Amino acid sequence: MDRIPILKMGDFLLVTIQVDLYDQLAENLETDLINSVKKHSSKGVLIDISAVSIIDSFMGRILGNIAIMSKIMDAQTVVVGMQPAVAITLVELGLPLNGVISALNVEKGMDLLRAKMYNSETAEQDDDIDLE
Amino acid sequence: MANQSITILKTKKKEVLKLWTSTLSSVGAADGLTEENESEEVVALLIEALNDKSIADPNAQEFEKINDLLIGISISRGKRGFSPRENANYILSLKESILKVLSTEIKDASALYESNTQLSSILDNMAILTFESYMKGREDVIMRQTDEISEISTPVIRVWDGIVALPIIGTLDSSRTQIVMENLLQQIVETESSIAILDISGVPAVDSLVAQHLIKTVSATRLMGAECIISGIRPEIAQTVVHLGIDLTGIITKASLASALQTAFDMLRLTVVKRKVTV
Amino acid sequence: MTISISNKEEIQIIREQDVVPLRNRVKDYAVKAGMSILNQTKVITATSELVRNLLKYGGGGKVVIEAVNNGRENGIRITFIDKGPGIADISLAMKDGYSTGKSLGLGLPGTKRLVNEFAIESEPGKGTTVAITKWKNG
Repeated sequence: MDRIPILKMGDFLLVTIQVDLYDQLAENLETDLINSVKKHSSKGVLIDISAVSIIDSFMGRILGNIAIMSKIMDAQTVVVGMQPAVAITLVELGLPLNGVISALNVEKGMDLLRAKMYNSETAEQDDDIDLE
Repeated sequence: MANQSITILKTKKKEVLKLWTSTLSSVGAADGLTEENESEEVVALLIEALNDKSIADPNAQEFEKINDLLIGISISRGKRGFSPRENANYILSLKESILKVLSTEIKDASALYESNTQLSSILDNMAILTFESYMKGREDVIMRQTDEISEISTPVIRVWDGIVALPIIGTLDSSRTQIVMENLLQQIVETESSIAILDISGVPAVDSLVAQHLIKTVSATRLMGAECIISGIRPEIAQTVVHLGIDLTGIITKASLASALQTAFDMLRLTVVKRKVTV
Repeated sequence: MTISISNKEEIQIIREQDVVPLRNRVKDYAVKAGMSILNQTKVITATSELVRNLLKYGGGGKVVIEAVNNGRENGIRITFIDKGPGIADISLAMKDGYSTGKSLGLGLPGTKRLVNEFAIESEPGKGTTVAITKWKNG
């Protein structure tokens, strides 16, 4: 059975999606990711979609699911490398992609994750819920 | 009876051509040497296409060759800026010449009337054809110019490392928004910018539709991982937005490009410091 | 407007594995019609949405792809046909929940925005047919 490889990069996990996700593959990814987050106590998940040329509502749901699941396990998800045509199409389609944060590339994604980690550490006395 | 006009035209081909050419010069529809060769070909093809059957049917297949030629000539004239009248006169003066020649050769009134009617129908049909293709030629020019305008009126400027600015000038309709979005996002990728400033001081009117286009652009920019600041909000726009109940919360807006740039610097944790002058 | 068809093919959609090959065929047609990357993306995404509906709610069916021309420009027309349960209230399904991000789950209003022409016919118990057209510069 095909599975998408997950890379551990320090406190973060990196997933690079290069094939079209069909039902079983997507489900496996969700399971694998959540298990990896638990196993490595990861603070962040980076999903590289720079090779993805079509994102429909199915794929959008998967990304949203991953973001929510990770958040429950105390990890922040960042989607990186969205292609311009995909971004415009998603907006037209009306997919809100709630809970998903984006960055231009992996490097910026990691900067973003580190910044969030720093903020949450210094704000440990803060009871505010992160509204992102 | 029909044969008569066909025979006459076949023998009087030169006269028709001569008459036509001189008429064209007098109405200013002449086009130099190209036209002289073209006109000769037009007359030749027309007469060639006339037979007992086709003379009564302007849509006959026999006219296909001359129609194609006329379409080509009209499109070319349309593109080269000939006026509609000049273009119309091209065929109409041919008609005039043909009818003149026929009237000097056919003595029988009813035969002349019949010939006139038949040839008028044929040539009027061709006149309509030339008009249609002339219009198409003009439309092609307009479309090309529209594309050019779209391209030059949405320049993306790299104002700082990581910051791009896009001054939008003119009305923002849905097709223009698409171009703006494509352009902007492509530039964000290429320059690896994290902030885009959309300046709308050059947009004359902002209604709910335009606002929607702006909101879409901001959303798309965010999906890609960059932030969007809208600047150049004139007081009238602020008023219109509130009166129309447009919800711009969640979108960073600034009155001027300068303050947008300041905000962008803040977001990137950059500070502009005045150098001390050493004595 | 008279539409001329220069190429046509029919693809059976039975399993989820049929989705990606269909998307690739649509892409071929889109590229041939001379569409920009953005328009290609839009029409393939619309196809993806509608074919998933076909599988999920229609129980499978067939998709017809046609290369068309309206006298001014090239385009693609894609028709999704299923013999499933059908949609009881089409107007409700087409209601624009854009601002709230909600719709009847069929994603039809959003899909309609991606294409130039969108026609839907459905009869409960008989099935559903959706036809979309995307022009080269649309």
